[in-house]
Amino acid sequence: MDKTKKLNIRSLRELLLVGVVMVLCVVWTILNPQFMSFNNISNILRQGSYIAIAAVGMTLVIIIGEIDLSAGSLVCASGLVGAYVCKSTDSLLLAVIAAIAVGILVGLINGVLCAIGKLPGFIASLASMTVLRGLAYIVTGGNSVVWGNENFTKIGTGYLGGIPIPVIIMVVVIIFGVVLTTKTRFGRYVYAVGGNMEASRWSGIAVEKVKIIVYIIMGVLTSIAGLIITTRLGSGQPSAGLNFEMDCITAAVVGGTSMSGGRGKIVGTIVGVLLLTVLTNGMTLVGMNTYWQQVLKGVIIVVSVLADTKSKK
Amino acid sequence: MSDAVVKMEGISKAFAGIKALDSVQIELRKGEIHALMGENGAGKSTLMKIMCGVYAKDSGRMLLENENTGEFEEVEIKTPLMGQKAGLSMVFQELNLLENMNIAENIFIGREPVKKNGFLDKELLTERAKKELEKVRLDVDPRTAISELSCAQMQCVEIAKALSFHARVVVFDEPTASLSEKESQTLFEIIKELKAQGVCIVYISHRMEEVFALSDRITVFRNGKYIDTVDAKDVTEKDLIKMMIGHELNGAKNCGSEFVNQENVILEAKNIKVFPNSKPISFKLYENEILGFFGLVGAGRTELMRVLFGIDTIREGELYIREKKVPVSSTKDAIAAGLGMVPEDRKGLGLILGMSIKDNMLISKLGQMKSGWLNKGALKDITGNYIKELSIALRDEEQEVKELSGGNQQKVVIAKWLAMTPDILIMDEPTRGIDVGAKAEIYQLMRKLTQSGKSIIMVSSEIAEVMQVSDRILVMHEGDITGEVTAEEATQDLILQYSFGGANNG
Repeated sequence: MDKTKKLNIRSLRELLLVGVVMVLCVVWTILNPQFMSFNNISNILRQGSYIAIAAVGMTLVIIIGEIDLSAGSLVCASGLVGAYVCKSTDSLLLAVIAAIAVGILVGLINGVLCAIGKLPGFIASLASMTVLRGLAYIVTGGNSVVWGNENFTKIGTGYLGGIPIPVIIMVVVIIFGVVLTTKTRFGRYVYAVGGNMEASRWSGIAVEKVKIIVYIIMGVLTSIAGLIITTRLGSGQPSAGLNFEMDCITAAVVGGTSMSGGRGKIVGTIVGVLLLTVLTNGMTLVGMNTYWQQVLKGVIIVVSVLADTKSKK
Repeated sequence: MSDAVVKMEGISKAFAGIKALDSVQIELRKGEIHALMGENGAGKSTLMKIMCGVYAKDSGRMLLENENTGEFEEVEIKTPLMGQKAGLSMVFQELNLLENMNIAENIFIGREPVKKNGFLDKELLTERAKKELEKVRLDVDPRTAISELSCAQMQCVEIAKALSFHARVVVFDEPTASLSEKESQTLFEIIKELKAQGVCIVYISHRMEEVFALSDRITVFRNGKYIDTVDAKDVTEKDLIKMMIGHELNGAKNCGSEFVNQENVILEAKNIKVFPNSKPISFKLYENEILGFFGLVGAGRTELMRVLFGIDTIREGELYIREKKVPVSSTKDAIAAGLGMVPEDRKGLGLILGMSIKDNMLISKLGQMKSGWLNKGALKDITGNYIKELSIALRDEEQEVKELSGGNQQKVVIAKWLAMTPDILIMDEPTRGIDVGAKAEIYQLMRKLTQSGKSIIMVSSEIAEVMQVSDRILVMHEGDITGEVTAEEATQDLILQYSFGGANNG
């Protein structure tokens, strides 16, 4: 009895958000019955999948009290590298490995700049965001990169047992994120470093190592998202993933992750992704102007964070 | 007929359903130094914050003397600015200054003089600030940035700020916690001057000597309730402690030197340099010993501890633990070598305030465990044991550690290290900001630990504490060890002499 009560209070925020999502679903269905069709639901999940995958990483980064602005550029860079490698070797495996290697490298650089170089993560990732985007245009000359291997395309468009492959990847990543944050020592370290970095150091935690690993996880997850986005598009584009990092940050913040670090939940972020995707999808479906969609998204951010800070008092 | 300025009656206040103040009263008089005493969480600071407009009261009323008519009028102080305008100011325990702005801007923030054209009148601002600084004897250019000031100077700025409002009541909350002996003396003189001018001083402190030296009247609170107001000259320290904790403390001297095993050197520091230009120092720590480090502010005690614990890299010298040389280049190494550290800055370095009690107790222990997976059952056994052993008062171990009182927070830090089963525990100012009852518990705990085979290095700025707790005392001065005394031969005079540089030039 006592235990369930506590549980409820702790996950109240997520439950509330799920409620909002459900209300939204009802509204959209009334406005356009197409909303509840199998095709559209599957579409929502696919749209949400790559944001969710990178947002899991972003949540970890925000919990350690940092931020990663380079996610959008990394989506582009890893996708392009994957596309190039696939084009030249025709090997699915090599393409995937190459793309993820780019993610690891960029994550490592961000992490080292931030942890060892003592740069704020904001600055470190701002720099890599700019550099990567510039490189993308230099290397491609502004053209898109296409490949011939059908299997590579399937990463973003294929199905496995009737379920879209991106959705399967998303589920695996979510489980990874939840387990990491709630069941492992490393997860405790992530919250500790974000809660109070100096006290963590004084407790014997290798703070720098934790930060670098979190940025590497972020890099890997973002490059996976990059593979999905690129293969959905059908070509590597130097303009891909523009503002993608903002979607991830929005999802995390709407899901209750504190920008000052130390607080946040993967589950919250996922509900945040769901809310934003359902919102966007429904608005498009009922024919709302895209510019109004942006306005509404902004309002949602303010309302959800305000509700959060007010309810804490 | 009485010379009161403020009367508060029937004040109650609850935080998140927990009563912090239960219908308490107080009367503050002109030109008196009125000490508030009580354990942490007794409600002293809360009451004063209500008076100054930081918190809103739930019920009760507050009367303020009207300076013109001499009549008492009921007032509602809703914001700190309203409080300041009514002459009620508070110098906070954690100073509330804007570090990047200068002194003058801080004193007159929100009340900056402006020229006719709407721009800031900087000359007038500086001039006014200079006058205020004279009152607190701070001879610094008012255009100096706060970040360049020492702790004591910042406090003077806070006081100047309070006085600039034509203060009638100034509240000091643990003002000497971060001051050296000399700085404290200056502060006391300022306080006495204010008193002579008819200002009422409210003095909140855990330090008995100060309270007796300064105050005219003392009001005691316990668990949010008003206990009594007494004349300082009518009571003894014992009476006060009894009023504060509700029963008498068995404060037997904690000396247990008979347990110290001098045959067994646990830790030996050889030729360690604390500051770049200081003399290399060496010392030994024996099994079952509490080794006290005393020194004035700036003596290098905390710096030495940081080196021992691997926070700062060792400049020169070696460290041996159980006769084995240990590399101390990181905190991880120090912990692996069997050291634990209860830092002076409990909230900034000892705890992760936003995490649960449980997580705080386990955060170091996790590094010692073989598996990276959390075994919730085993972990719960560990926390449960220490919560019981140290009798930590809590509602739920999932509760955030910041909700605990200072004493219980300190116990959580200690539990964190006990879980690591260290051989040596460094405790830097282990009872700072902790109430009398919890203090005694911590002393007893320290003794218990040494009896069970551990050794403790304790750093303290309170002579009484060093003398009461340590088996042996090392006195530091400017990075050098200038004296060593055993518990038996220790006297306040001797220790102080050493702390000023030795017996000859003391």
